[in-house]
Amino acid sequence: MTAATEATHVLLAGGHKARQRKDRTMTVLIWGAFVLAAVPLVSLLWVVISKGLHRLNGSFLSHSMRNVFGGMDAGGAYHAIAGTLLITLGASVIAVPLGLLVAIYLVEYGRGPLARAVTFFVDVMTGIPSIVAGLFAFAVFAIFFGPGIALGVMGSVALALLMTPVVVRSCEEMLKLVPNELREASYALGVPKWLTIVKVVLRTSVAGLTTGILLAVARVVGETAPLLIAAGTTASINFNLFSGRMMTLPVFIYDQYKQGPVPCRAGAAGVCIPTINYERAWAAALTLVLIVVVLNLLGRLVTRLFAPKLR
Amino acid sequence: MTTTPTSPAAPTAERSPRRRPRRHADTERGFSRVFRWVTTSAGVLLLLVLAAVAVFLVERGWGALVASPADLHANGGLPKQYGNLLAFIGPLVFGTVLAAALALLLATPVAVGIALFVSHYAPRRIAGLVGFVIDLLAAIPSVVFGLWGTLTLSPVIAKLWAWIADVLSAILPGTVNATPTGRSLATTSLVLAIMILPIITAVSREVFKQTPRLHEEAALALGATRWEVVRTAVLPFGRSGVISAAMLGLGRALGETMAVLMILSPGLGYSFQIFDAGKHQTIAANIAANFPESAGLEVNTLIATGLALFVITLVVNMAARAIVARRKEFSGAN
Amino acid sequence: MDTPVKFSRISRAGSAVLVGALALTLAACGSDNNTGSDAGTATASASAPAANISGTFAGAGSSAQQKAIQAWTAAFQGQNPNATINYDPSGSGAGRDKFIAGGLAWAGSDAYMSTDEVTKSQTFCGTDGAIDIPVYISPIAIAYNLKGVKDLKISAENIAKIYTGKITTWNDPALAADNPGVTLPSTKITPVHRSDKSGTTHNFTDWMNKLAGDVWTNPGADAWPLQGGDSAQGTSGVAGVLSATDGSVAYLDDSGVTSDLETAKINVGSAWAAPSAEGAAAVVSASPLATGRGANDLAVDIDRKATADGDYPLVLVSYAIACQKYSDKATGDFVKAWLSYIVSADAQNAAAQAAGSAPLTGDLQSKAAAAAAAITAG
Repeated sequence: MTAATEATHVLLAGGHKARQRKDRTMTVLIWGAFVLAAVPLVSLLWVVISKGLHRLNGSFLSHSMRNVFGGMDAGGAYHAIAGTLLITLGASVIAVPLGLLVAIYLVEYGRGPLARAVTFFVDVMTGIPSIVAGLFAFAVFAIFFGPGIALGVMGSVALALLMTPVVVRSCEEMLKLVPNELREASYALGVPKWLTIVKVVLRTSVAGLTTGILLAVARVVGETAPLLIAAGTTASINFNLFSGRMMTLPVFIYDQYKQGPVPCRAGAAGVCIPTINYERAWAAALTLVLIVVVLNLLGRLVTRLFAPKLR
Repeated sequence: MTTTPTSPAAPTAERSPRRRPRRHADTERGFSRVFRWVTTSAGVLLLLVLAAVAVFLVERGWGALVASPADLHANGGLPKQYGNLLAFIGPLVFGTVLAAALALLLATPVAVGIALFVSHYAPRRIAGLVGFVIDLLAAIPSVVFGLWGTLTLSPVIAKLWAWIADVLSAILPGTVNATPTGRSLATTSLVLAIMILPIITAVSREVFKQTPRLHEEAALALGATRWEVVRTAVLPFGRSGVISAAMLGLGRALGETMAVLMILSPGLGYSFQIFDAGKHQTIAANIAANFPESAGLEVNTLIATGLALFVITLVVNMAARAIVARRKEFSGAN
Repeated sequence: MDTPVKFSRISRAGSAVLVGALALTLAACGSDNNTGSDAGTATASASAPAANISGTFAGAGSSAQQKAIQAWTAAFQGQNPNATINYDPSGSGAGRDKFIAGGLAWAGSDAYMSTDEVTKSQTFCGTDGAIDIPVYISPIAIAYNLKGVKDLKISAENIAKIYTGKITTWNDPALAADNPGVTLPSTKITPVHRSDKSGTTHNFTDWMNKLAGDVWTNPGADAWPLQGGDSAQGTSGVAGVLSATDGSVAYLDDSGVTSDLETAKINVGSAWAAPSAEGAAAVVSASPLATGRGANDLAVDIDRKATADGDYPLVLVSYAIACQKYSDKATGDFVKAWLSYIVSADAQNAAAQAAGSAPLTGDLQSKAAAAAAAITAG
């Protein structure tokens, strides 16, 4: 007894200083990790905001790039914003019903090898590189419309491929949160299963579902690579998903970055701003970040305000 | 063995066919059956879509896979120095994996640190704030990271790389080159690391939070310091979770396009000169860079490289998910 | 149970209204008229002929021509309000392929068609085939960013040595020998090339190959043939890297050289020449046409070794590719009016303003105008 207590005592007291020192070192390191990660984020946000605000105004948001070239002090991202909204909407129209149905299947019906396979491959699908999604959309449409095709709806298909697994994942989590007692109570009243799912399960979890879908939208709204391939670029406004190329905000940023500095020559007509393209790129980046942040905040807000108080 | 009338299987087999149809008939009449069909076929559709991705990529890439090297050189955009398609995909795969692996190496320790910070170190209010910041980081589009990386970070970090390259040149045999533009794999990997930080952090944080409270309290009762609690209770419990989180991050880094496209000066080759320009290129960035100006067989070649990327990420993700699944089975947390 | 459901119903209805209102506002205030009516006509120098063309016509190809075509399109659409021209800068090769396949009214290309492609074009264009008309000439500058050093002279041999890594610092004796009286720093040279395929790369490598064949052994090619080195996408991408890096050098379309960069003089014979529109146009005008092609096919084999006074042989010529005869009357009328306009002196000057190109001059300009006028339709 005494020997054991002594041993414990020695163990705990022995090298006490060293252990404390190590503990403190690790605390500093772990705080350091947090600070280290904050540095790039702060830098990025600072740069985007400070450089983007300069050109982000009503004119920028309400004009396209048609007939704008060189260092002209004109043009904006209106066509890109419209394209982003339309293509994302198109993607949601495909991905949300499909994702929701799959989630319902997994939670309400899923048993056996099929359900296990779906769960597994939904997870795998979340890891599909976005560029592969773009190639897929191209490959599908090229069969019917020939190579060189680029449509807004192709962008929607590519984004839907990336969005569906995210929708499934988040909706599944939300549906699982619905207590079984609610379902059983409904069955006990003789309500058929499908009506139970629609009227009880979906109704109860609607806030969570909305949040999940909003976050899924936020995830794909900033995708660039698949849209570069599938939706192409254009300087004009195009509201038709099924005809012609469509500009989107992320692609617009890349396009403006690619245009680079403008060589302003003496004698050129009108105003010429050498850095106009970078300015437009930063302003568009700020717009995009704002859209994403608003979607995220909206998602959180929906959960906080409308979540059912189950506990 | 052969004559066991009271085998436990026999009565169940007899009973169940009679009971099951009745239960179905109760709750699964009419539209309920249709609804079951609809949801089930949605699940099947999802599997078909994944299969379709593979099938369409193979279909479109097939032209390049079967084309003769001479044809690929003439029309397929295959650089002359590569004898066949595989020799061309090789350096691309190398560049892709190297960039992602470096990013992982940089991101994982920091991500685990932040996850521990949130789960075990930070005051409650700060933890919430950090969680929000991490989510925000995850939400920033990659093209914005690319813009920031190439216009803001590259020129600044180039000086650090040059210094590191000088030091390494002094230590190692041979010279380590550094480009003054900063458009090197090192910068690219750094940005990739920042981009995958949130995903690794988020998954690790969830795992650390699930550490059985009793384990931690037991360690505390033995007089362990906070770090010792983490080392003896939290980390062993979360190890496989961290591994799978890292692999998820790896999958993301492998497929990342825009940041690489905008930051890296591309070049094809097998090289560990990560501070030099024009030594590496990734599959995704190569596709994005060349796709808009490609036609005919060139497109097929690019899609064939995309197929390689698809397979690589599929394997990495499947491995990650398999680890997660195994952890779920054996851990007592759930 | 009931309250949250109601709440979410309201929220759903609310958000639907909100989204709808947002969409309406956006749709209402957006505009494709970005230059304002005054500014637009001023920059586009309204000089295109009113040919009474209507319809939507597609072109694709060379990205080098893009800026010029933007200016031409603005003027042409201004005079023919019922015509819409969509030019897709998808690259010369893609443009040629798509044109041959019959998907375009015309194509822009930094290289003239191979005889093989001319043969293939007969499926779409009929037995007369397709023709190349030079529409865009641009001198290629060797630009550099070196603190405190101006008026540098770099010979074809030296730039080839820089790109092949045989010269690595700015104070190399070979460079110093060409620049007497200039104090060159010991800064490391960072040569930058185009990472995408481009006609600029093709003409630059061809020029190095012709003038310094023992150092630069690769023939002209759209894709940069060597491994390693810094690179960037597009002329402006290269200019951006140059601006950010002291000691860097690159080849650029002259129109893409930004004001913070210097351009070097290159050796023309025994003299030194700075990039100039006149010098470039003079070289192209004096260069022989490729032999064995149709009468209206104006494919130019640029004489890289031109040595006349003021010549600047490091030049890019970009073509419009069109059918000699169009079976569709509307398309044929459009192409004829369009190409006649863009080879006209007015349009060439507009492009020089907007894109910094060298206007077509003299004999070649009249030949191009004749070729465009010879396009028939119906």
